[in-house]
Amino acid sequence: MKALTLVQAVNDALLVEMRLNPNIIVYGEDVGVEGGVFRATTGLQKEFGDKRCFDSPLAESALAGTAVGMSVLGLKPVIEMQFSGFAWPAFNQIISHVARFRNRTRGAMTTDMVIRMPYGGGIRALEHHSESMEAIWAHIPGIKVVIPSNPYDAKGLLIAAMRHADPVIFMEPKRLYRSIKQEVPDDAYTIEIGKAKIVTAGSDLTLLSYGAQMKEAVEATFQLKTRGISVELIDLRTISPIDKKTIIASVKKTGRFLVVHEGPQSYGIGGELVSTVTENCFTDLFAPPARMSSPDITPPLPRGERLYLISTDMIVNKIMELINYRP
Amino acid sequence: MFESYDPRQGKRLQIMDETGNINVSIKDVPLMSDSEILIAYQFILKARVADEWSVSLNRQGRLPTYPPGKGQEANSVGSLMAMHKEDWFVPAFRELGGMLYRGIPLSKVYQIWLGNERGSHFEIEKYHTFPISVPIASQCLHAVGAAYANQYLKNNRITICFVGDGGTSEGDFLEALNFAGAWNVPVIFYIQNNQWAISVPRKIQTRSTTLAEKAFAFGFSGIQVDGNDVLSVFAATKMAHEKAQNNQGPTLIEGYTYRLGAHTTADDPTIYRKQEEVDQWINKDPLLRLEKYLQKKNLIDGLAINRLKDEYKKEIMQEFEIAEQTPPHTVEEIFAWQFKQLPEDLKEQMSNLNIRLKGSVG
Repeated sequence: MKALTLVQAVNDALLVEMRLNPNIIVYGEDVGVEGGVFRATTGLQKEFGDKRCFDSPLAESALAGTAVGMSVLGLKPVIEMQFSGFAWPAFNQIISHVARFRNRTRGAMTTDMVIRMPYGGGIRALEHHSESMEAIWAHIPGIKVVIPSNPYDAKGLLIAAMRHADPVIFMEPKRLYRSIKQEVPDDAYTIEIGKAKIVTAGSDLTLLSYGAQMKEAVEATFQLKTRGISVELIDLRTISPIDKKTIIASVKKTGRFLVVHEGPQSYGIGGELVSTVTENCFTDLFAPPARMSSPDITPPLPRGERLYLISTDMIVNKIMELINYRP
Repeated sequence: MFESYDPRQGKRLQIMDETGNINVSIKDVPLMSDSEILIAYQFILKARVADEWSVSLNRQGRLPTYPPGKGQEANSVGSLMAMHKEDWFVPAFRELGGMLYRGIPLSKVYQIWLGNERGSHFEIEKYHTFPISVPIASQCLHAVGAAYANQYLKNNRITICFVGDGGTSEGDFLEALNFAGAWNVPVIFYIQNNQWAISVPRKIQTRSTTLAEKAFAFGFSGIQVDGNDVLSVFAATKMAHEKAQNNQGPTLIEGYTYRLGAHTTADDPTIYRKQEEVDQWINKDPLLRLEKYLQKKNLIDGLAINRLKDEYKKEIMQEFEIAEQTPPHTVEEIFAWQFKQLPEDLKEQMSNLNIRLKGSVG
């Protein structure tokens, strides 16, 4: 065990798994000599050489497109999109090929790669560096979308992604990259993709979040406990496919539901989860299932970002509103 | 080898001309033997018969869409003949001759055009062939990745990738050339420049005089060949193959050819091009010149040609019927290949769809 930050846990996952699997190839912009702009790939080139971890020319579509060819031939590419806001040139390759090869070829060929990308706001970055567009990726059939919220999960989920038989988009909450340290086992371990985690058991309301937003969700849960309100907190961990079973069981128990996430509200993860809860728990509900997300606006630059992101107080207030709801 | 055919100096490799005569002064390139020429002829003929038959099946309403390759067959047949069986073939979608040469059953190809994913189930170790790629030029990057994998796995396999003239304007084509050059991987890009991207003529795509010359900007050589001369196609690909095997990197080949038919059966080329232009190219048909050559050499005669045509027609019809008679998909099949293991959520959606399709009212 050692205490690691989230970005160190990502690095550790890559390191231990690359030792186990010689077919893993890590490449992207600045991932080689520099070890990535966030240092997620530090030391990999030194240990594994420049055929297994290297700097590619600067072109995101080519990162995903070449990874298609590599994975079909049996390699396991783990590519880094430097920021999720720069991943869009790769969109065509991902939606048209990465997500479709298994189905298109009836299983003859698979594109089981991992596409890593730091996402989310709150680091006072310039334009295109603060988006939370996971809903767009989650809307694509044929790929899985995973978002860890802490170092332990980051390592276990990333190793699981590297062992997964299908392509995984692995979004890393860069706001949490260095904000917390956690004890992480030295060896390789996996956390099942597609399973949410009940972080805190509770009885009054189910609060669901994921990624960077978990920080405020945890704080809100804690604050409400001191007011005598028992929140069941769920970390979604896999955005697509959704672990409906865990969510439904929780809401059937608590009768109240709030989902909180960064990024635009409309057609978002929140809307999807509220629908799931409404369809499956309608008669168990004491209050309308609710979502809280950012508004449907372009993410403001740092000067306006505090207005866009969701604070602990906002979550606490919304939960009090749902607890006090009377039809 | 490529220096003598620099496209920037207006050079285009042609070994056999339209009358079936071989330019004997060309000695610095690999030449096909007569038996190889006969094989090439047979595959081009088979592709031609299949092509004409497919267009007529479309008119009968039995084949919804088909992209005719008439006039271009020498490009994929000649280049695939220069590759080894274990080399990787990354097609666009107008490479029927090459697919037949690879041994891909025509029934699979027809399944694709009949709208059945089972047609693209190409067993890797059997065909070393990627599925056809519809988003223009996107497959070029797959080829570069495959070439990287082959280099990494040290298996000495080369990758050949096809793209059209229109595709050379796509970012993915240019990114693929750049990555291939930067990585120095064993890949051959083959442009079927058939002069038309649906209705858009080649001159609208780029100010470059040739498409082959684009290679030089990425640090490797390009060559333009008469794409209707299977000997030139074979020679250029063979040279590129040897170069790749010697770790000397990628090559770009531009096959200068012509699409005699429509873009697809849904297209009407009379809207955008004149019959006189088409007529000129009919004289340059890759099949005709081979027939002239082989007849001159007494390697084939009219009787044998007709026998081959009948034989192919029969086989093609049988293969089409296999494809046509494939039972339609079940609900289970359209879900089964989304992931290796169907997630719970999709299992639920599948069972809901089954209920919905049965129309049962509770």
